[in-house]
Amino acid sequence: MSTTLAPPRHDPAWSGRLFWLLAALLLLWPLVVATEFKPWTLLAPANLKVTGQFLATFLPPAHSAEFLGMVARETWRTVAIATAGMVLALLLAIPLALLAVRVLSVSALSGRMALRSAWLRQLVRWLLIGLRSVPELVWALVFVRVVGLGPTAGVLAIALTYGGMLGKVYAEILESGDAHATETLLRNGSSRLQALFYGLLPQNAGELTSYTVYRWECAIRSSVVLGFVGAGGLGQQMDNSMKMFNGAEVFTMLAVFVALVALADQVSAGLRKALG
Amino acid sequence: MSTGNRPGQGLQPSAQPSTLPSALPSALPPPLPPRLWSAHCRACWFGLALLLLVVASFWSLNLQWAQFLSMEAARSMGRFIAEFFPPDLSPGFLHKVARGTWETLAMSALGTALAAGAGLALALPASRLHAAETAWARAPTRALLNLLRAVPELVWAGLLLIAAGLGPFAGTLALAVHTTGVLGRLFAETLENAPPGPGAALRAQGVGKGMVFLYASLPQVLPQLLSYTLYRWENNIRAAAVLGVVGAGGLGQMLSFHMGLFQMGKTATVLGAMLLLVALVDSLSYASRRWLTR
Repeated sequence: MSTTLAPPRHDPAWSGRLFWLLAALLLLWPLVVATEFKPWTLLAPANLKVTGQFLATFLPPAHSAEFLGMVARETWRTVAIATAGMVLALLLAIPLALLAVRVLSVSALSGRMALRSAWLRQLVRWLLIGLRSVPELVWALVFVRVVGLGPTAGVLAIALTYGGMLGKVYAEILESGDAHATETLLRNGSSRLQALFYGLLPQNAGELTSYTVYRWECAIRSSVVLGFVGAGGLGQQMDNSMKMFNGAEVFTMLAVFVALVALADQVSAGLRKALG
Repeated sequence: MSTGNRPGQGLQPSAQPSTLPSALPSALPPPLPPRLWSAHCRACWFGLALLLLVVASFWSLNLQWAQFLSMEAARSMGRFIAEFFPPDLSPGFLHKVARGTWETLAMSALGTALAAGAGLALALPASRLHAAETAWARAPTRALLNLLRAVPELVWAGLLLIAAGLGPFAGTLALAVHTTGVLGRLFAETLENAPPGPGAALRAQGVGKGMVFLYASLPQVLPQLLSYTLYRWENNIRAAAVLGVVGAGGLGQMLSFHMGLFQMGKTATVLGAMLLLVALVDSLSYASRRWLTR
């Protein structure tokens, strides 16, 4: 004799799930309208023909010696733009980060930080946030106007955006650790620079370096993107080939680009692992 | 790094204890800092390579510093900035900018939503949910996800413009394609790291694969998937703002359009809207993270 009820054969929560699914679809509708999301245009005969023609030119990929030489040169340029941009960004980020770090404040040792230095630190912080919040592509558009087409605009754009990013994160990393050693050094009369080198840096060097390497990898990716607005490198050539519907060249450059990103990824992961 | 570098003194303090008067290990002199350069030290070679890379980068780019730092450049920069003022704040144009902002937001939201769906669909073949599963599709699906992820949104947009035409549709697709790669990989890793207990219990009862996923795996990982999706959305708003520069809709398209026509007042308004949007998203995400980790 079984007195237990048979378990419900259907999902007890189905009504709630259905409701949320419908609500999500309803919420998505205005977005679909705003983005002119019409997937069927992809399948319109005219579009399909253009796409088909473009894709058909992908194979065989362009492989003339002259073109490959150009791709190699532009790939190096992309890496060089990223590296030079990172160096300039570091020149900007390190002094600003040191200005912004609260742990190195002498007046804060005795209670509250002095008003003037507190303001200076806050101002530097706002400057870093401001630099960071302008997308590098916008900087590049502006610099292309001022210094003309070419790698200078790309280097400057990366330097400014990444300078803000690195500076802000460096300051955060330096403040996140244990401040005891630094504070002891400061209290015993060491200078702030000594406290930095013997207290803060040994503790945080690994994290700082690993973040820098990761950002270098990001800079390579964004230096390709900057090429699309005329800042030189692989991106600019890719943009040109796309505009001329030259699928074979696009395919080769995409392959080179994916390989470059994968390589930077490997190098960066290896370095970060070695740093522990 | 170079403090106390005395090249004449030995690198191996461990060779010295026998000559010391005290045999106690605690009486060892503190080890000297390593020499600045030694052929055995990998960090030295790495530092040298890094230095070479930096020098070669600056040397091969022949940057136009002279041109950039000249009075001429300073003047043209000044003129350029002066042209931004006054920004065009006429109601008609502001309305257009507001529409562009909404378009940017819509592109990022729809792109992320599509990517979350596609990412989940690809994450299933890309993950091994229990040890007995063969998961033959795991490696190829992961390679596909890596490929989608490696190509930036802007490059996808450039490619998709050919298939989808100018406008926000291409931008939405580009965001969706790139984000699918990112989210698919994150989702797959989350699925693999979920505790296997509930799934194993259902499987032991003979429940089918789909039901195991719907009633064991998905409820376990759903909060994590949602938080990844929201994080990517935040990134995508920033990306969508500039994506239009290649013609894929939103504020970016307005920016490059008006800048191309040298309508600097209008450019300034669009730039302002863009920065405002990015700052708003940044501060919202900062506030919500503070609130969540409180």
